[in-house]
Amino acid sequence: MYQYDQYDQAMVDARVAEFSDQVARRLSGALSEEQFRPLRLKNGLYLQLHAYMLRVAIPYGTLNSRQLRKLGDIADTYDRGYGHFTTRQNIQYNWIRLEDAPAILADLASVGMHAIQTSGNCIRNTTADHFAGAAADEVADPRPYAELLRQWSTFHPEFDYLPRKFKVAIIGSATDRAAMKLHDIGIQVVINAAGEEGLRIHVGGGMGRTPMIAPVIREFLSPLQMVSYLEACLRVYNRYGRRDNKYKARIKILVHEIGADEYRRQVEEEFAHILTLGLEPPPAELDRIKAQFADPAFDPVAPGKIDLSDPDFAVWVDQNVHPHKAPGYGIVTISLKPVGGIPGDASADQIRLIADIARDHSFDEVRVTHAQNLVLPHVRRSDLYAIWQRLDAAGLASANLDLIGDIIACPGLDYCSLANARSIPLAQKISARFADGDRQRDLGELKLKISGCINACGHHHAGHIGVLGVDRKGVENYQLLFGGSEGADTSLATIIGPGFSEDGVVDAIERATGVYLAQRAAGERFLDTWRRIGATPFKEAIYG
Amino acid sequence: MADTLIRLRDDAASTAPVIAFADLAGASNAVAVRLMPGDDARALLPLLGQLELVEVVFPGFTDGRGYSAARILREYGYAGELRAVGDVGIDQLSHYHRTGFDAFAPDQPIAAEAVRKALATWPQVYQRTVDGRAPIWALRHG
Repeated sequence: MYQYDQYDQAMVDARVAEFSDQVARRLSGALSEEQFRPLRLKNGLYLQLHAYMLRVAIPYGTLNSRQLRKLGDIADTYDRGYGHFTTRQNIQYNWIRLEDAPAILADLASVGMHAIQTSGNCIRNTTADHFAGAAADEVADPRPYAELLRQWSTFHPEFDYLPRKFKVAIIGSATDRAAMKLHDIGIQVVINAAGEEGLRIHVGGGMGRTPMIAPVIREFLSPLQMVSYLEACLRVYNRYGRRDNKYKARIKILVHEIGADEYRRQVEEEFAHILTLGLEPPPAELDRIKAQFADPAFDPVAPGKIDLSDPDFAVWVDQNVHPHKAPGYGIVTISLKPVGGIPGDASADQIRLIADIARDHSFDEVRVTHAQNLVLPHVRRSDLYAIWQRLDAAGLASANLDLIGDIIACPGLDYCSLANARSIPLAQKISARFADGDRQRDLGELKLKISGCINACGHHHAGHIGVLGVDRKGVENYQLLFGGSEGADTSLATIIGPGFSEDGVVDAIERATGVYLAQRAAGERFLDTWRRIGATPFKEAIYG
Repeated sequence: MADTLIRLRDDAASTAPVIAFADLAGASNAVAVRLMPGDDARALLPLLGQLELVEVVFPGFTDGRGYSAARILREYGYAGELRAVGDVGIDQLSHYHRTGFDAFAPDQPIAAEAVRKALATWPQVYQRTVDGRAPIWALRHG
């Protein structure tokens, strides 16, 4: 994986110094809260309901064991002994003191980490397929491009005060594990008929209050023009994106209002101009980055066959281990969704344990997924049983990946100052209702996603089952949606009908799963049955 | 406003009347122009040879359109003074400078020492812009 050189390190060190100075000016009163707010947000520091929250960037969701261990230590030293992994592959600490923020940043910088641009109206941390460089179905590794984008977007002087936040995701497989088309820019690395690597560029997707699937703006872009093309995409947005209404300020609204063809025309015009300026890093820079993402030294004779006689282990392998491109290896997903737990939370001890396992068994690498789980990307199948035993002893062996218990939930009204309703207690109730592992497996792949407000941090639009918390005359109310997907078959979920109380929505979800079990055809997932039979049978069961 | 003016140029400041962008049609000999955030900087390209001052107004520092306006003017060869005017704060100075501004007229005065420190925020930079600095990728590959 990518290692900082002196230049990368100097940038994060400079940021620590700058932000320490900004915090000092705030604490002395030289900066008002109004002046400080946009500055602290660019460093991922939010003032939430109870305390400051710090969001730490995990570029394209990739960590080494030293970095992960440091995240555990920070949870112990500055928070309440746990951290929360987010739908943007980052980690958040919910109980931070403003005075401690500079020290935390210095700790992060000591392992090449930071909180740069994890909030604010700027280019956010780039996300990527969490199986990048490991997946059996990968066409090309998206991480070198993600790293090039990290560098290009870091402190970009022209695009630091955009109309609204800006999120980029990149994948390199036909299977979309990053909700790529639901981002401001979604990039897919593709190979053309001539065998050349290129980038397919989607612009104008997003969730939030106006969910949209991004149209393709460029079918095939040379990777050696990526920076120039994105400069053009961003410049058109910075100049013409709406600033009169923050709810209409995302690029999806601009692309929708002027149309994809007109947006494309403007971008191409700007791109032609930008190509004359020499802004593109040379091929040698992309080669330098690519070399750092070379495969680790896989054992070519690693055995693939393993002893599955322990039934609990066998279930976990079946559910949580994915095919790896190297024979004899697997990709392990560590579920952070135990029955009744808080989705995405991990204790400091759990975090350090996973760091140890990554060091011992996964070439020192860990990934964070947008579904709020952790991944050991390169594991010998013959090590799986030992790993499973260590995880199980720490409450980390839930065999529920992509099942109804693998719930995505935003922090909701328990923490977030934007929320209208609580997400976490609802997730815990649903998880408890469907606690039986056999029942979950019988229901099959079922992605359930909960947002505590219309901003959709919990991706409810992309849920096979989505739940949106709203405030109805001062009472928390939950709307139920069906039919969303963030995969290659991206679709937006639709609201089924009137909302529910917290207990009511759990009952409604259970009735919907009953409809699926009664009506499914062979091999159909919940989503497939919904798409085939439509809303009526579900409405009848839920409201009838 | 003049008493808050910070210039990073050696030439004398323009004393010409500053024409609002909206009034340019009736002032084809203008040498000093003021752009508001919604004004199209590219409309000034035919006048670049005669302009000696372009003021770019930031009514609030979170409206970043002026960064693109400035950079576009420099990319097309404008060499006169480019002045950021309005809600211009210490924490934005580095970015202003990187996108081509060489003068600042902030609503609130900024001390010379604070300006020097702000412009030195980043030891190196990742992007090539119009400030002449070699980006990190160029330093890496000579």
